[in-house]
Amino acid sequence: MANGNTVAENFYHQSTNKHKGILSWLLTVDHKRIGLMYLISVLTFFVVGIIIGLLMRLELIAPGKQLMEAQTYNSLFTLHGVIMIFLFIIPGLPAVFGNFFLPIQIGARDVAFPRLNLLSWYVYVVGAILALVSLFLPGGPIDTGWTFYVPYSVRSTTNVSLAIFAAFILGFSSILTGINFVTTTHRLRAPGMSFFKMPLFVWATYATAWIQIIATPVVGITILLVMIERAFGVGIFDPALGGDPILFQHLFWIYSHPAVYIMILPAMGVVSEIIPTFSRRTIFGYRAIAMSSLAIAFVGYLVWAHHMFTSGMSDTARWIFSLLTFIVALPSGVKVFNWVATMYKGSIDPKPPFLWVMNFIFLFSIGGLTGLVLGSLATDIHVHDTYFVVAHFHYVMFGGTGTIFFAALHYWFPKMFGRMYNDKLARIAVALYFIGFNMLYFPKFILGYMGMPRRYYDYLPQFEPLQRISTVGSWILAGTIFLIIGYLFHALVKGKKATSNPWGGVTLEWHIPSPPPLENFKEIPTVTHEPYDFSQLKEMKNE
Amino acid sequence: MSSHQEGTVAHVHRDDIGAKMGMWLFLFTEVLLFGGMFLVYAFYRFQHQDQFRVAAMELNTGIGTLNTVILLTSSLTVALAIAAIQKGNRFLSVLMLNITLVFAVMFMVNKYFEWSAKISHGLFPGSKEMLDLPNGQILFYGLYYVMTGLHALHVIIGVVILSFMLIQLMKKKITQDNHVKLENAGLYWHLVDLIWIFLFPLFYLIQ
Repeated sequence: MANGNTVAENFYHQSTNKHKGILSWLLTVDHKRIGLMYLISVLTFFVVGIIIGLLMRLELIAPGKQLMEAQTYNSLFTLHGVIMIFLFIIPGLPAVFGNFFLPIQIGARDVAFPRLNLLSWYVYVVGAILALVSLFLPGGPIDTGWTFYVPYSVRSTTNVSLAIFAAFILGFSSILTGINFVTTTHRLRAPGMSFFKMPLFVWATYATAWIQIIATPVVGITILLVMIERAFGVGIFDPALGGDPILFQHLFWIYSHPAVYIMILPAMGVVSEIIPTFSRRTIFGYRAIAMSSLAIAFVGYLVWAHHMFTSGMSDTARWIFSLLTFIVALPSGVKVFNWVATMYKGSIDPKPPFLWVMNFIFLFSIGGLTGLVLGSLATDIHVHDTYFVVAHFHYVMFGGTGTIFFAALHYWFPKMFGRMYNDKLARIAVALYFIGFNMLYFPKFILGYMGMPRRYYDYLPQFEPLQRISTVGSWILAGTIFLIIGYLFHALVKGKKATSNPWGGVTLEWHIPSPPPLENFKEIPTVTHEPYDFSQLKEMKNE
Repeated sequence: MSSHQEGTVAHVHRDDIGAKMGMWLFLFTEVLLFGGMFLVYAFYRFQHQDQFRVAAMELNTGIGTLNTVILLTSSLTVALAIAAIQKGNRFLSVLMLNITLVFAVMFMVNKYFEWSAKISHGLFPGSKEMLDLPNGQILFYGLYYVMTGLHALHVIIGVVILSFMLIQLMKKKITQDNHVKLENAGLYWHLVDLIWIFLFPLFYLIQ
């Protein structure tokens, strides 16, 4: 195998088509290039989402009007949700890192349907453009909140139809990616790679792909019904014609709760990659972690109504959904204990990716434990629709998936771009991120407990100190993220050349040069080792 | 295009089983899409049993039955088109695919007459006559238009897909040894048929 020092033999210089320059990217069917195109688009929308978040926090720095009207604020929190969820977090890990590394980790040259893969990126871009266009058309940006609850979403005069059509289109992109990954995992594993020799990131992405396939069509039809309702008034969600708004909530959450696991499962997969590599120890409880991904995918499908404890359901339904919610915490717990057990007596090397994972475990644990407060009926009634929910959601999604997005970026950056970033700056960023994150979101737990409702434009004077701390935290966090993007860009140009295996990982991506050549492997490898068998490191040095 | 000599195998990568697997997964998402609609139907039927029955009387069972026969037969002809190309009989395959397309168009023509009759009686969402009806009947017609409309949309998409297959078949891109595309198109057409088989009794027969 090549030793990683050959320069021109990588996918940046080899094209799958005869075009040069930008067209060789826009028409590529190479999974790595498509992954990078996703990375650029996802990061762009992430920055847009951050800026909207900063504006909202700035508005809330003091009671009363600061810089915008209440209606603008309504649109901003809706857009912040729509952009962050549909354009950043859902495609963030599967479409970027899944695309880039799933085929490599199973020893394949590409995904099963390369052209479909490119199509899914275009569908994503079309959805994103429609979402942006809806902002500027007459009628004004959507103001329903990202949950699009009826009857308001049917009555609102803003551009609801176009914005939710964008979400519908984005769902298509997600489904296509899901179909591609399931087929790839079943059909293209290298010889010797049985299901139980797959790296855990593959397991997690595989489970995620199933949720994408199973859950997304349901929200697709629900969104379509809202559009039809707005256009023709068929009455399905309109109480005046006999329709039932609660039915919308059920249909919406049947997708949108599993969607939470679309967001978090690949992140858990990344954690299961990083911890063994930097502990120099095989993962503890491989099968338990692999199976817990499937268990989360399955049970996560049956807990949706815990979003609706105050919507008016029967008590029986409520305690059953509460119980199921507690049960879905079990497989997550299995994972956390196995990760910690992996580190036990390992030879831990706290490089930046590992520090990001530590950050994740801490933040995600707070998010997970406060989830139990919301899953219990009695406490949920008190904190429902308050900042407590907002804080919980951000600890899980941003503290969980968002943090791991950065962990994955730091872990795989040398492989993807063939350069190393500044180690010291990366460590400083982890610390600043931790401080900024907790300053921004922890006060919201307290505010929510004190009774501050979510999505409010104004607040009582006694909430001011905590709101102000939160706003300052938003500056630190956003500053850190821009710092990260900055030093990573700098590394792209000026960074030291990365070797093929800078961290001492043993999964297949570390066996090939950085950046990988087109079609990844000169010869498809035959897999003989367990996925995290570090005794291969010696052989790999001789390769 | 190949940049290294031994990498030729990957360029002719072809995996018929994989292609069919992807198609089945896609059909699964279609079933779930309609599944959401069937769920809504079940929910409102349970709430308004009597009014659903009254409204169903208004539907034209004759046209519904005719369309069922048409669609079932078209499923047969598309299956025959696949069987023919498997045996290497391109002429028969093209013929059968053409007949399938004719059936599909007939289905849409019937649908057009059925819907325009309803609309000329003022039975469409938002009309004055419709709003005078009790809620259960409004919901029945709402669901009728949405569900059969979504199905009709799938028929149209099916026509487009089958036409593409016809062109590929005539250009000899689909052959005796390489016909997985036609098979997948056939699977899609069977799904369209299958969904109608559920829609037909739910709207036309239960009275």
